[in-house]
Amino acid sequence: MDRVANIKLAVFPLSLFPLADLIIKALENNLGPDPASALTHGLGEWALIFLLLSLAISPARRLTGIGKLIRFRRMLGLFALFYAVLHLLAYLAFMLSWEWLTLLEDLYKRSYIIVGAFSLSILVALGVTSTKKMMKRLGKQWLQLHRLVYVAAVLAVIHFLWLVKSDYTEPVIYGALLAILLLLRARVFSFGRKR
Amino acid sequence: MLLKIKKHSDIGSSEITPEHIYHDRRRFMQQSGRFALAGLGLMLAGCSQEGEAKAISKQPQDGVIPSQPGPEWLKKQVLAFNPDVYTTTEALTPHQVVTSYNNFYEFGTGKGDPLRNAHSLKTDPWSVVVEGEVAKPGRYHLEDILKPHGMEERIYRLRCVEAWSMVIPWIGIPLANILKQFEPTSKARFVEFTTLHDPEQMPGQKASFGSLDWPYVEGLRIDEAMNPLTLMATGLYGDILPNQNGAPFRLVVPWKYGFKSIKSIVKIRLTEQQPKTTWETSAPQEYGFYANVNPAVDHPRWSQKHERRLPGTLLAPNRIETQPFNGYGEEVADLYKGMDLTRFY
Repeated sequence: MDRVANIKLAVFPLSLFPLADLIIKALENNLGPDPASALTHGLGEWALIFLLLSLAISPARRLTGIGKLIRFRRMLGLFALFYAVLHLLAYLAFMLSWEWLTLLEDLYKRSYIIVGAFSLSILVALGVTSTKKMMKRLGKQWLQLHRLVYVAAVLAVIHFLWLVKSDYTEPVIYGALLAILLLLRARVFSFGRKR
Repeated sequence: MLLKIKKHSDIGSSEITPEHIYHDRRRFMQQSGRFALAGLGLMLAGCSQEGEAKAISKQPQDGVIPSQPGPEWLKKQVLAFNPDVYTTTEALTPHQVVTSYNNFYEFGTGKGDPLRNAHSLKTDPWSVVVEGEVAKPGRYHLEDILKPHGMEERIYRLRCVEAWSMVIPWIGIPLANILKQFEPTSKARFVEFTTLHDPEQMPGQKASFGSLDWPYVEGLRIDEAMNPLTLMATGLYGDILPNQNGAPFRLVVPWKYGFKSIKSIVKIRLTEQQPKTTWETSAPQEYGFYANVNPAVDHPRWSQKHERRLPGTLLAPNRIETQPFNGYGEEVADLYKGMDLTRFY
């Protein structure tokens, strides 16, 4: 087993740590008086963090010259999907008590939910096509499809921004981080073309 | 004059969470311990019925409600309250939750921020400016405003616009009694309230990415202000108000969303014109002047049909249906006769 595989073995349980932390807090009744909301928001925030981490891999490779970093990208992206799915399930189970009709109502009435649903749909599509087999089968289209991750990230930040009542500090920070990650790419692309 | 208001929805005080547990601290301690154990049991059993978990929360296990620091005169007046003037059958939200889970953006937008930061608020001495359409305007010491009145205990539901709710035992004076003492003129059609504006005492007022303008302003129509349910609270759970709950002097309007119940008031102005309130100014399509609790009118970004009665657990989130006027329709629906509540939200 090579070193990257070893590190991946460590990163995997580390990525589950936020979930374990939330579950332990829930079991200890330690999520505050409104645990439904705390859990749903916590899972959503971790989905966004993993999405940003997966987007940081490519710029980090360019900046550090460590090409092997690419081998972490899929895992981090899949964890973003994992937390996003749990986020939706927590919303449905604990905020809506499995009232599917209310979810449907949300999906045509509430813009921040619509935007979040689009973002999650993209992540699902990318997750399903993340295997080596699918990569081969889709060929060139795979890259085009997976560029949608940028759309998913922008929508996720908008989703956060639109649900805030008054204090935009947190979504603005995530939005700024995303903007930096996207700008790094824009520069890389233009350099690439000149060369 | 003391009002003993009892409505069909109420059952005698004997059926409230056993005998005002908070009046008897020893009993409170036993109760909270028992509830905590029950909670643990429910969690371990992995199943529970809604309603059973009403009082489950992580209580401070010493069980004693810490005494609030504050001026002696106020303590004395608050502690002489007349209990049970208005009650409900629902279980009280535990003291620990009521005083640690707050929306008081002047101290930060996190629910725990007010408890952490509100110690910097200096509530004594406290004066209130009364101005506008009154015969006796002026700057008054809080003591002079409160002195002529008796304190009443009122247990009200509080429904936040964010779709959670609590049941809180307030102590205070009906706003009508207070306003009458300044003799509103015939031109007084609205009442405007203003919170203290002092970023040194209220660090949240320095926040950079917030959408609210300070100071916080709220308002009521004069008939809403004079309604017997409308309370100026100076106490909570048998003691004076903690800073994070709006000390020393706050409004409580139980049939409206919580943001109407403005805290730490320094100015009361009676006006002919409808006041421009803070949330309405910040997002007029989302927050109206009336802000009556109404399950039929959604917030543009979320449904108002249900609420989570706090504290909840994941297995028993206490999700209940929201009532029109927060269940106080019998007392206040008449105020809005003939009004289109979808338009005047």
